[in-house]
This record gives sequence, C-alpha cells and structure tokens, in this order.
Amino acid sequence: MNKRPPGDDVDNIIQLKQAEMASADWSNLLGHLAVKPDKRLYARLFSHFAPKVKAYIVRLGVALATAEELTQEVMLSVWRKAHMYHPEKAAASTWIFTLARNQSIDWMRKQKYPQYSLDEWSETASEPGQGEQKVLSDRIAAAIKLLPEKQAQVIYMSYFEGRSHGDIAGRLDIPLGSVKSRIRLASEKLKQIWGGDQYEH
Amino acid sequence: MNINHHLDDATLMSYSAGSLSQGMALVVASHLAFCSACRERAEMNDAVGGVLLESLDAETIEDDMLAAILAQIDEPETSIIEPQQQTPRACDPEIPMPLNEYVSGPLDELQWKRIVPGVAYYDMPWQGRGVSRLLRIAPGKSMLTHTHNGNELTLVLRGSFSDEVGRFCRGDIADLDDQIEHQPLVDSDEDCICLIATDAPLRFTTLFGKLVQPMTGF
Ligand SMILES: [Zn+2]
Repeated sequence: MNKRPPGDDVDNIIQLKQAEMASADWSNLLGHLAVKPDKRLYARLFSHFAPKVKAYIVRLGVALATAEELTQEVMLSVWRKAHMYHPEKAAASTWIFTLARNQSIDWMRKQKYPQYSLDEWSETASEPGQGEQKVLSDRIAAAIKLLPEKQAQVIYMSYFEGRSHGDIAGRLDIPLGSVKSRIRLASEKLKQIWGGDQYEH
Repeated sequence: MNINHHLDDATLMSYSAGSLSQGMALVVASHLAFCSACRERAEMNDAVGGVLLESLDAETIEDDMLAAILAQIDEPETSIIEPQQQTPRACDPEIPMPLNEYVSGPLDELQWKRIVPGVAYYDMPWQGRGVSRLLRIAPGKSMLTHTHNGNELTLVLRGSFSDEVGRFCRGDIADLDDQIEHQPLVDSDEDCICLIATDAPLRFTTLFGKLVQPMTGF
C-alpha cells in the first residue's frame, strides 16, 4: 500500500496544506480513495469532514454523545463506501452530506430514508463532465450566500433542522404556500447556476 | 419513460434536505427511480446540502475517534457485505425500486383492503404523520379530494387518471398542496394504482373516510 505507481499524484495532494484546500481538492482526494484504499488520505478527509458531520448531526437535534457515535458511523461508511464515489458525479461534500443525512434520519426515525438507487444515479441523462461538479459546488456556495434572507432561512430550516413545510409555516407563522414559494424562488436561482453551467458545455 | 408531470421544486428540495416524512420521501424516491429529469434536480439539491455541510463550523471530535475507525477498518474485508448482495433483485418490474423494500410481490397479489366498491388501499408498514399507502381505483371512478392543509403526492404506477391539470399515466406525479382542488377520474381500462402520501397533520389521518370518497358507485 505504501508503494505507489509512478505518475500517481497522490503525494502532491498530500503536500497541499489543508487550509488551502478548496472543495475540488477534497473531491480529488476522495476520488483517489475510491480507486485505492489509503489510510493517510482517509485521515486527512476525516480531520476535515468529521467535525462538520458532527456539527450537522448536532443541528438536527441529536444529543452530543449520540452525535459523536453517529459521526463515527458516518465516517466509517465514508471509508467503506468510498469505492462507490465518483468525482464526476458529485463533490466530496455532497456525497458525504448524503451519507450523513441518510444515516442520521435512519437513526432518528428507526426507518430507512427512501432513496433512489445509486445505480440509477449513475445513469442520469445529462452528465456533467469530470471536474465540473466541484466547480459547481463552489458556485452554488457563492449563490447561497447571495440569497435573500427569507429564502435562506427556509433552506436552513429544511436542511439543518429537518423541518417540513408545515413545521416551517408554523414556526414562522406564515402560510404553507409562502414557505413553498420561498423555497421555489431559492431553488430557481440555484437551478440557473446549475443548469446554466451545463449548457455551456 | 415518457413523463409529463414532475415534482415541485419545493418538494424536491425538502427531499434532499431530509425533511420529508417517510411516506412523502418514498413517493419522491419512487418518482426519481422513473425520472431522470427530476433526478438531475435532486442532484443539485444534494449539492446544496454538501455546500451547507461545508459551511458549518467544526464541532469538537473526541481524539480517539479516528483511531477507533482505523481499528475497525482493519477488520477483514469479508465482513463487509455489499448491499447489492443482500437483496436479490428479483423484483416485479412494475414496482419502483424504493417501493420494492416495502411491497413484496406483484401488486395484484397484495392484501388490498376495500373502502367502497371499486376503491381499495394497501398501507405502508409505518405509523407517522399523514397517510402513506397504495390506492387502487377502478375505471370510471372519481376521487373527491378533500381540502386539507398540507402537501399531497400521488404517483401513478398503473393505469391513468385525468383531472383539471391533465392526464396522469405511469411515472407521472401529482404534487399538490391546499391551493389546488381537483377531482381526478380514472380513465384507463384497467384499475389505476397509485402510491400516495400526505404530510398533513394528525387530524387528517382521523378523517380516514374523507381521503377517498368516490363520487360514483355508491
Ligand atoms: Zn420528474
């Protein structure tokens, strides 16, 4: 495992200072892990993502001790499922988010969150070329920061607090239709960025 | 598959956010299994989740977690069971993969429970907010949809129905909220079988009889 074929740029990736790594670099790193198990690479991913995964789980309302346990399970599954990761399909953060989301929900509901299969996932008609997903993620990040506060709020309440449309409506004391139209407006803006990029290629 | 009716943006985003009820998420995942257009939108919404995850301030992790994981990693590879090997996929092609986890066997062999002549249901095996079930409605029957204060998803698995919005065939999804009143009529020669879910509050589930109230036939 310590001997790498010539030309492999894993060592270059390791040289990168963690603080300088953009989302694209994490995706490359996880992409390497997908084709070849490597504990050193995994340790780097772990130190970046585990504290964020735990922060996500805590935000969902899970008690700290349980969040710690769940984080360990999620990060273990990052290693065990790494071979299913395709950098051209999703950024590392996206892929790890879906693992964290599914496992948290499974634990909280004692029910498996229904998912469409990963096989189907790979058959998606319009496939962005390699590298674009990571760039897209950076642009989505910029776009989320620019959303009007009311739209960002419903998105945070959905993703971080796991609240349904009805819950959000009750919390904010606004009609269900307003919650949905805020989410739609936000989604519309993000879609323009997402779709616009693909049409250029 | 030629699909004409798709998921609402708000529904898709909540699916990716993990904030849909079990029943609603099942209907969404089942439509996604049919529909590459919505799948692509779901991928964007998953990416939003990734971006939000990345934006979070780090929470302290106990020092020994990495060591504990590395120790588990060293367990023999054979202990890892691939999910594909766990579930033999001899499933009925009429049943979308996500639903296949909860419905065993062909749709015609389910233990359908009759509500009134021409209308039967099969409940999903969980309790929770709202309704989550398969509905089977005979040709020519009409469903009177109630007013409610929540979302309602209807995915067609067999046959078809029409309402003011249009015609819904296999794979199509009606993604409605309380803004819309509609009166679907089954217009196929065979029974129409749909997977439905609502996220309405509890009082809705107690109005069981109101969920499907055939206009004709009794
Ligand atoms: Zn669709």
